[in-house]
Amino acid sequence: MSIETQSPANATPQGNVLTRFLKATEIDTRLLGMIGALVLIWVGFHLYGALVNGNGAFLTPRNLWNLTVQTASIGIMACGMVLVIVTRHIDLSVGSVLGFCGMIMGVTQVWILPNLLGLGHPLIWVITVIVGLVLGTAIGAFHGWLVAYRGIPAFIVTLGGLLVWRGAAFVVARGETISPVDSTFALMGGGPYGSMGAVGSWALGLLACVGILWMIGAGRKSRERFGFPQRPVWAEGFLALAGCGLVIGTVLLVNAYPWPKGIVNQYAAANGIEVPEGGLFISHGIAYPVVILLMVGIAMTVLMTRTRFGRYVFAIGGNPEAAELAGINTRWVTVKIFALMGLLTGLSAAVASARLNSATNSLGQLDELYVIAAAVIGGTSLAGGVGTIYGAIIGALVMQSLKTGMVLIGFDAAMQDIVVGVVLVLAVYVDKLYRSRTK
Amino acid sequence: MSKNPNTGTPLVEMCDISIAFGGIKAVDRVSIDLYAGEVVGLLGHNGAGKSTLIKCLSGAYQMDAGEIFINGTKAEIRSPRDARAHNIETIYQTLALADNLDAASNLFLGREIVTAGGMLDDAQMEAETRKIMGRLNPNFRKFNVPVSALSGGQRQSVAIARAVYFNARILIMDEPTAALGPHETQMVAELIQELKKQGLGIFLIEHDIHAVMDLCDRAVVMKNGQKVGTVNVGEVTDDDILGMIIMGKKPAQAY
Repeated sequence: MSIETQSPANATPQGNVLTRFLKATEIDTRLLGMIGALVLIWVGFHLYGALVNGNGAFLTPRNLWNLTVQTASIGIMACGMVLVIVTRHIDLSVGSVLGFCGMIMGVTQVWILPNLLGLGHPLIWVITVIVGLVLGTAIGAFHGWLVAYRGIPAFIVTLGGLLVWRGAAFVVARGETISPVDSTFALMGGGPYGSMGAVGSWALGLLACVGILWMIGAGRKSRERFGFPQRPVWAEGFLALAGCGLVIGTVLLVNAYPWPKGIVNQYAAANGIEVPEGGLFISHGIAYPVVILLMVGIAMTVLMTRTRFGRYVFAIGGNPEAAELAGINTRWVTVKIFALMGLLTGLSAAVASARLNSATNSLGQLDELYVIAAAVIGGTSLAGGVGTIYGAIIGALVMQSLKTGMVLIGFDAAMQDIVVGVVLVLAVYVDKLYRSRTK
Repeated sequence: MSKNPNTGTPLVEMCDISIAFGGIKAVDRVSIDLYAGEVVGLLGHNGAGKSTLIKCLSGAYQMDAGEIFINGTKAEIRSPRDARAHNIETIYQTLALADNLDAASNLFLGREIVTAGGMLDDAQMEAETRKIMGRLNPNFRKFNVPVSALSGGQRQSVAIARAVYFNARILIMDEPTAALGPHETQMVAELIQELKKQGLGIFLIEHDIHAVMDLCDRAVVMKNGQKVGTVNVGEVTDDDILGMIIMGKKPAQAY
């Protein structure tokens, strides 16, 4: 199935080396464009810092590690937003729902469960997360029901939700900040303890490499079974090398960021380890929120490209009437889409409140705009029918890179807003130009 | 006055079908039938109620009153899924394709082939699509692009392939040649003849009176939501049929 607007089959066969390369590897040119933009942003901020401020802080393990952690919350929600936008809807309520779920989870784990189970009980974080996920799913399903079965436009339903759930979050705790959260729960937010460490990261990285090789192999076998044309072997080799190289590079990067001295000493003292003269180098490794984001990304990609549900989402986005006539229960699918958006918002609320180590009333404020922007920058078309999960995650990374980069080079908040707004409009304009050229 | 040449149990019998939209009777107590191996043309002005009547059979609309019998058994058709379960396939005037999906995804939409693990078997679906398109439209090559990139004729052949692939017994074609060139129109005509030979019953909604004279065994004419009459196409001239469409005048041969 080709969801991408540009298919290699469209490229001129006699083209230059680049078009031949793209045709052979079947890489989406839009993906290349996004990665190119990302590299440009990263290098640009680093050079600006190095030349103007005399300190290039962007391309350092520490900053890039932080960037991945900060991307997680928005990225998780952006995966769900893709489905919502692909079916020509919108969800303006995710920031408020995140705030409400975070607040309820805070109340559950700080006010209620310690009284029932005792402080620090190992089940507290599990129950809390389940409460958050169920609550998010229920709110999303309710929004979806209003949209699908009561015919209220999603814009209005979720605009109402934006106000209602933010208000509800305040009512629950009268605006109090609830903290600190359960110590196991807090690991979902990242930090030195909330990361996999060097060994765990290598294990995960190797697993990912095996997965990439297996996918390429399975793809070849499936094409062989039906006699479809194969990719040239060199192209397969390049894809395997690029994929595994990216994975290994990422692991090397996150392992190059050590725990801060204070934490190391604390950890050494608690475990009776002697800290040597030059200090102890303990790697962060991949942070748990990033692992959660990756798992969500993979699961959602499988859902969108390999299941009937995903096919129906795209079909409804492309032509709702045709989907209905093909026997698809479009209303029920719509409810499921919003419920899924709610589930991911609940998960994102867990990550965000764990990272903050508290539930505050302002948690997730303006997140809806960043989530929508991430999906749209990632190539999800507001006209419906087109969008990818990986695009949305890269879009979230682009948004977060801009924010982080501007903080590093010392732009103030007002300037940041201006730049982010301009980039959003520009990205959609470039996307529109790209689409009309490839049509 | 002649009569229906067919005997036995009809494949489809729609009895006293009525449907109204906001007080306007789009279809008013119309009865039609269809036998295996015949093509029945449905004619009338725009707004005569042909498409509305037939959408009750394909499950897109739900009739207010009336009964549908398939092979003599009463059938409840409340959705397109119900219609498909009765082996009723429809080629809509708008084609009803999802433009952003490729040919195989459209062909199998709502009836995807899945692997043992419940995942979409895209390779299998593409292989099946290549097979049937090889029969219907051997020049078709664009399997991996969204159908929005196809020509009108190519899109039409995807819609036809979808209706034919799933062993339809009753086929509804709503102006299948409206957007086609002469060569493709000829292809559709040949296909209709072939399907008829295989024993399918076909409802053909058509404006082109010559196509009706060429392809149909019987023709039903509607006007203002009501049935004017049915004729055996071999017994009348095109002027008789035109008279029915334009003036609602029932010729002697009609029943």
